[in-house]
Amino acid sequence: MSINWYKYASPASFYFLAGRMIPYFSIAAIVLLIIGLYIGFFVAPTDFQQGEAYRIIFIHVPAAWMSMFLYLVMAFWAGIGLAFNTRLSSMVATAIAPTGAMFTFIALWTGAWWGKPMWGAWWVWDARLTSELILLFLYIGFMSLQAAIDDPRRADKAGAVIALVGVVNIPIIYFSVQWWNTLHQGASVSVTQSPKMAASMLVGMLIMSLAAWMYSIAMILMRTRVIILERERHTAWVAELKGAAR
Amino acid sequence: MLQGNNLECMRGDRVLFSGINFSIKPGELMQVRGPNGSGKTSLLRMLCGLAVPNSGEVSWNGSDIRSLGEDYYSVITYLGHLSGVKDDLTTIENLCITSALAGVEIDKKTACEILQKMGLEKREALLAKVLSQGQKRRVALARLLLVQTKLWILDEPLTALDVSAIELIKNIIERYLAQGGMVILTTHQEINITATVTHQLYLS
Amino acid sequence: MLIWIIRRDLLLAMRRQADVLTTLFFFIIVVSLFPLGVGPEMNILRIMAPGIVWVAALLASMLSLGRMFSNDYLDGTLEQILLSPTSLPLLVLGKMFSHWLVTGVPLVLMAPVLGIQYDLPFSALIVLTLSLLLGTPILSLIGAIGAALTLGLRGGGVLVSLLVLPLYIPVLIFGAGAVEASTAGLGFDAHFSLLGAFLLVSLVCAPWATAASLRISIE
Repeated sequence: MSINWYKYASPASFYFLAGRMIPYFSIAAIVLLIIGLYIGFFVAPTDFQQGEAYRIIFIHVPAAWMSMFLYLVMAFWAGIGLAFNTRLSSMVATAIAPTGAMFTFIALWTGAWWGKPMWGAWWVWDARLTSELILLFLYIGFMSLQAAIDDPRRADKAGAVIALVGVVNIPIIYFSVQWWNTLHQGASVSVTQSPKMAASMLVGMLIMSLAAWMYSIAMILMRTRVIILERERHTAWVAELKGAAR
Repeated sequence: MLQGNNLECMRGDRVLFSGINFSIKPGELMQVRGPNGSGKTSLLRMLCGLAVPNSGEVSWNGSDIRSLGEDYYSVITYLGHLSGVKDDLTTIENLCITSALAGVEIDKKTACEILQKMGLEKREALLAKVLSQGQKRRVALARLLLVQTKLWILDEPLTALDVSAIELIKNIIERYLAQGGMVILTTHQEINITATVTHQLYLS
Repeated sequence: MLIWIIRRDLLLAMRRQADVLTTLFFFIIVVSLFPLGVGPEMNILRIMAPGIVWVAALLASMLSLGRMFSNDYLDGTLEQILLSPTSLPLLVLGKMFSHWLVTGVPLVLMAPVLGIQYDLPFSALIVLTLSLLLGTPILSLIGAIGAALTLGLRGGGVLVSLLVLPLYIPVLIFGAGAVEASTAGLGFDAHFSLLGAFLLVSLVCAPWATAASLRISIE
């Protein structure tokens, strides 16, 4: 069976396809979230070093993974939109940004909650935390730039440039922050030594990551649908949709 | 030969114009007409490659101008709404630098002669900010006497000009057309430029 | 062609010296404010000096980014630059270079004087100046991308800081790090090599990105 991909690349068909897919991803997200949280809170053993506080990693780690991964995906779609002038990919990139920023924020917030009992401080200038903070700045820059531009075509292209520049810079930034951190050893706390992880902990974390994936996909599809409607509000098919809703 | 195929321009959600087709050959003039806000400037910016049409393409001798890039820029001269005259430079510096940017490097003597032809004698060393609007326009138009391009795209070249200057520009354009140049222009003033073929493009 | 655009921008800067001086005085004022905030304890100030001078340099250079393209945009010269038969990245490189000459170089020259305010030893003053000499061109190069993207936008000045400052972080880390390493008696050549590497990378990439951004913004 061959699938006609071009058919789904048009905003109109994507709108309906996404509409059909959202429920599946949402349900998957909820189910996985419940299983993951159950494992995280009831099955996984208490860590003998960190006590119960470590359980925040079931949220923290998936959020941190998603935050980085989503930036790459966002830059990828934005870049495709810039190179091939495909409107839909730019819309997807715009839709990804808020979810990515939210995960970055969650990663920072839960990091602070974890840090307080572990390090005795809400914030330490650890290399990973600092990089995560900079990632949040990059997301905010992308979103503010797009918000400041009225013309959607220009917003798409300008956002793509800054996202791509960000992607080129992320390794450089990460590397320099790491260097900076080792240079100032005295002030920082090392988090690299990972305690041996129980199998149930690992399973819980993976399931939570899957839940985050499903949630992101559902949210991104929803937001893309909204963006499509907004941008195509003067086209015939949206008018038809409005007529049918009345 | 410059061709426009099925050009469309959107401003936000609104279609400014669509289905614009034309082609002009050496020695021909095209006048773009239409009320304010009909997209004359947008069309001209599209034709010189500053803006990308929402659909359709502009082609020069059969190839899309976007693939030509700098090769296309070297055969056209665009004069926009904004004249591109720097307030903090003198008249002569302005002319030297804009023509250098357009790929023609000239010395001061040539620049002075050109400025004289444009009726700007004794204004060579003045900063452009003390010039009047019409004089600034003359400085911008002086470039037309220097460059050896094949197509001129002029957006309201006659704004702020007095009768004698309009006559001067009219002569410059006519001479250029007679030598086989192509001109696309918008203007609100009625002006009778003799050309072998004059196309009229109405935008509504 | 490159020469023409550099000469033009320098000429314009000469005619508007106030703009150049504003950036320089901003730099001086920011650096001089810190002791008033943290107290005159020389030992603390000596430690903080490289970071303060570098952050102030970042802010000062960012502040002047707005002028890089906006004047040309407003009077229509930018359209002529975009339509020039010369390759746009090259012209943009010329503008970046003159931006650096006008805003970066004064900061480099002023830095040792400000370092003396913070009682930096002579060797550290030299390293500070050299690190700025290597680092400030990167600020002009990367900053140009932000300036081009925010061209003609409402609140572009604040927006450009959001876009550009996170990208300046590596330069800050290695620029200030070099001075710290030298005061600590460690080698600073690694820092300089990395700054040099950043300079090369941005020299290659930034003009292209800026040229693309300008075409997007002017459309």
